[in-house]
Amino acid sequence: MTQPEVAAAPASTDGSGQRPILEVTNLRKYFPVQSAGVIRRTIGHVQAVDGVSFQVEQGGALGLVGESGCGKSTTGRLITRLLDPTSGSMKFNGREIGNLSNKQMLPLRKEIQMIFQDPYSSLNPRHTVGTIVGTPLRVHKMVPDKQVLTRVKELLEVVGLNPEHYNRYPSEFSGGQRQRIGVARALALQPKVLVADEPVSALDVSIQAQVVNLLQDVQKEFNIAFLFIAHDLAVVRHFCPDVAVMYLGKIVEIADRETLYARPHHPYTQALLSAVPDVKQAAIGGRRERIRLEGDVPSPVNPPSGCRFRTRCWMAQDICAKQEPPLLQIGPKHKVACHFAGEYGAMPTSPITLDALGVDQHGTPVSGAAPSTEDLIKPGFSDAYTNLETHKSSSERLVGDRIVDDPKGEGTATEK
Amino acid sequence: MFGYIIRRAVSGILVLLATSVAVFALFFYGPSNPALAYCPETRCTPERLANITESLGLDRPVLEQYGGYMKGIVAGNDFEAGAISIPCDAPCLGVSFKLRVDVADYLLARFPATLSLAVGGVAIAVTLGTALGIFASRVRGTLADKLIVGSSLVINAVPYYLVALLAFLYLISEWGIFPQSGYVSPFTAGPISWAAGLLLPWLVIGITSSTQYARFSRGSMIESMNEDYVRTARAKGLSDRMVTLKHALRSAVVPVVTIMGLEFAALLAGTIFTERIFDIQGIGKTALDAIGTKDLPIIAATVLIAAAFVVTANIVVDIIYSLLDPRVRLS
Amino acid sequence: MTEASNFLTEQNAREADQRRADGPGFEGPYLVVENLHVSFPTADGTVQAVTDMSYSLEQGKTLGIVGESGSGKSVSSMAIMGLHDMKRTHMTGSIRVGGREIVGLSNNKMQSLRGGEVAMIFQDPLSSLHPFYSIGSQISEAYLAHNKVSRSKAKAKAVEMLDRVGIPQARSRVDDYPHQFSGGMRQRAMIAMALVNDPKLLIADEPTTALDVTVQAQILDLLQELQRDFNSAIIIITHDLGVVAEMADQVLVMYGGRAVEHGPTKELLTHPEMPYTWGLLSSVPDVTADTSGRLIPIPGNPPSLLNPPSGCSFHPRCPHRDKVPGDLCRTELPLLVEGTRGPEHLKRCHLANPDMIYETEVLPEIAPDLVDLTVADGADHVAPENR
Repeated sequence: MTQPEVAAAPASTDGSGQRPILEVTNLRKYFPVQSAGVIRRTIGHVQAVDGVSFQVEQGGALGLVGESGCGKSTTGRLITRLLDPTSGSMKFNGREIGNLSNKQMLPLRKEIQMIFQDPYSSLNPRHTVGTIVGTPLRVHKMVPDKQVLTRVKELLEVVGLNPEHYNRYPSEFSGGQRQRIGVARALALQPKVLVADEPVSALDVSIQAQVVNLLQDVQKEFNIAFLFIAHDLAVVRHFCPDVAVMYLGKIVEIADRETLYARPHHPYTQALLSAVPDVKQAAIGGRRERIRLEGDVPSPVNPPSGCRFRTRCWMAQDICAKQEPPLLQIGPKHKVACHFAGEYGAMPTSPITLDALGVDQHGTPVSGAAPSTEDLIKPGFSDAYTNLETHKSSSERLVGDRIVDDPKGEGTATEK
Repeated sequence: MFGYIIRRAVSGILVLLATSVAVFALFFYGPSNPALAYCPETRCTPERLANITESLGLDRPVLEQYGGYMKGIVAGNDFEAGAISIPCDAPCLGVSFKLRVDVADYLLARFPATLSLAVGGVAIAVTLGTALGIFASRVRGTLADKLIVGSSLVINAVPYYLVALLAFLYLISEWGIFPQSGYVSPFTAGPISWAAGLLLPWLVIGITSSTQYARFSRGSMIESMNEDYVRTARAKGLSDRMVTLKHALRSAVVPVVTIMGLEFAALLAGTIFTERIFDIQGIGKTALDAIGTKDLPIIAATVLIAAAFVVTANIVVDIIYSLLDPRVRLS
Repeated sequence: MTEASNFLTEQNAREADQRRADGPGFEGPYLVVENLHVSFPTADGTVQAVTDMSYSLEQGKTLGIVGESGSGKSVSSMAIMGLHDMKRTHMTGSIRVGGREIVGLSNNKMQSLRGGEVAMIFQDPLSSLHPFYSIGSQISEAYLAHNKVSRSKAKAKAVEMLDRVGIPQARSRVDDYPHQFSGGMRQRAMIAMALVNDPKLLIADEPTTALDVTVQAQILDLLQELQRDFNSAIIIITHDLGVVAEMADQVLVMYGGRAVEHGPTKELLTHPEMPYTWGLLSSVPDVTADTSGRLIPIPGNPPSLLNPPSGCSFHPRCPHRDKVPGDLCRTELPLLVEGTRGPEHLKRCHLANPDMIYETEVLPEIAPDLVDLTVADGADHVAPENR
């Protein structure tokens, strides 16, 4: 075996030097599935979130994208503790919050707030806007009772609503304005983290931009960290410097947005990006090559062995069914969970994960190898990473007796 | 689906057990001493009362009494009090010392009358109510619609016993439009006299409780006519009749079925009035009489039977659900 | 039995051919909509959902209707299907489908058209399928409504259609219920249901809005493929310009119940002449744009259809209204007329030189990378060829 090729650099835990406000390690949420018989037994689990690690810097923004059922909303609910995690660690400002009781959690709740998708159903229609925005202020005793109204008016102004409308009901506002009320309510407690779950997808296109801009303004003004959950890849790209792509409960690729959108290395990310219709490209007559994914996402109750994407992947090989690819760092701010990670059409000839997993090309463990899986579940990026360029040359050095086993060279199952 | 029904049945049995405990507790800790009922007022000496109490087993611990009662239901229990001996086979719901009969046998004889009354009444209520409701939903906003909704509210506002009483007084006694009410067995006296005796009670029950069905089916029809899949059905080019009856009605029936389960309990309460006013020898009238004579074993048994009725009705409702909705059936 | 139904099918088919061949012979486009007005009287006043809308669509072509909620895009298309409750709808103007006038047509006559020659698919496939009936029975029901065949034949047709739209193991899945299908498969089933009678016009109302992007791509591919095979005309209603850009030959932008811009897709998207269209283009981020700047939203809210603004209904939100002299935007409704770029590109706007404003003010903000391209292309101001 070759030694892992790493680009050595002075050790420091975090590239930017910013301290993460939110650090999530190996987070899991399993929902039990019960049998239909006379006696209900738990016969399996929906592995909604299965070993997710990421961090969000103070005032930063991480986008979570993926298709319905990938676990992105569940992740958001875990972080706001609307759901209890099955296992894993969630640290807010260095403090573990995954195992806090509801009572212990209470003072921390104001630090992590949530904005919901549907501005119609998430506001109580029988309460005035003043009550909706003012209640968190009273409950958490943010300001003396006499100043609640003043503060409510300030908040309404911040989100671009007429402060004198505090005694109106949600039904008197338009969709975009209601989402602004939701933002005001979340801001009332001066949170450090805002989990925004599809904050604009229920809004008309011309209104979406207004809300996105508002969220950017409050982020800058109050230095709030965002976990931005959305299925709209373009909105996420616009809002979040860092983006994680989820598939069937796992993060398959996480990187800064420039890398992720320009040079995605995971086949699922590539397929996802190629599926987004692009006005400008289409308008000038050019159409990006579309990767066609066949079939549907498998059931999260019974996910495929090894790599969860392999059943729909055009480059899947033996090892993909045997070994789950770890989320391997391949660039300064780029991690990907694929044995054959590479730019589209430039897949490496041998798996890049062998050293990390301590297995051979067929996924069989190699005796004496020292897999480094512990390191692979850590959130954030380290300064040392597997360099795919050097990997290529090292695998080529190896190729002499091994290349013969390689069944196919490149991914071929795509069409124009 | 099989497991689903079994689960509902098991929970139904639990409900019945809980009811029996509640009924039993009520009598044991209740304000009146059941033994007093058997002690003739003029000649009731303390010794005699103590004797009766002992022979009825009322001096034994409550758990033992309850155990005996339960054992009776499963295995039968012969009663002996002094010289009197009353055999009581399983399922034994106790014996009435007032009437000196096996309660279960006694009630069983009265059961067909109540069952005929209930089933006939519900059948009329459901057909009439849903038909009116669907009609009203189709002509929403017109005079006919307002008339149906308005009259259903008026009927609902009048106490049931008043409707029953007036119907009896005028339609039978005064004008003789309907034949004299009462219950005869359809097997011995023939179905025609059976139906004739129950005709007015059926209509009274049917019309009064049809108001609920009418309003609910109207509402759920309006709702389901606005469903996306009804729009799809129209977009397919189906006739209005098919759209209404096959697509909208099928899903509108679900909330109506729910009401059926709930209404059944109300209907049983009403049975007491119905049977009393129309002079039908059924469970309701028996219960009323037993309350008058403080015949506790009969009261307890009627409560249990009523509970069994409601539980069964709800299981039937659940089965109808699963037949209607494949999502229930296939989960 | 089988023979009899075979015979019936054949006879049916012959009759249908006959109708097609010599029926009400018509010339010109398959669908012609002229001066369509649709309004709904309510307790608060009359909702003017669609005002004076005209367009036409030829066999085998796709029209994209773009707009936000309340723009009238769905209402106008439901009118073609005759899906409005005519007791509560006031409709004037003309809609000719295959030469036949359908405004004012009796419900019975409309029924034979609906789901036959004109079919529709909807936004949310889960709520658009009846939860209590199997997928197969819902498809064969559509077939039976327009063909006198046996139930078993209709079911075989349902299997065939499911197979056609790419449902694996169609034969065994035909008896499944909608809740047993995934979102993408449900929309495929809806498409199978719509296409079962070989419609000449398919109206797709936000067909992919409820779906994930990779599934959306599958469905759009499927629609294009089926259009090639069936040569049907398609109206695709959407708020997503990207979908329109990929699917449509012609685009019609609606705002406040009116068509505000209409033209060939490539032409309209590269040289839009109506500030609302500019707003739509600039307010949506895309996956390649520069991320440093802010999005440029359209200020304000969509107009009320009960009390529409005077003049141009977009003027309260229009950043360019001051460029038109004499407060014209507020006082006078602009007509939908030929713009600066030829007869195929219509716009409803008072601006005299929208092309200049777009190239110098709007484009540099929304897509600086495209400026050179479009300016070079548009410099000589010739009408561009159709796609």
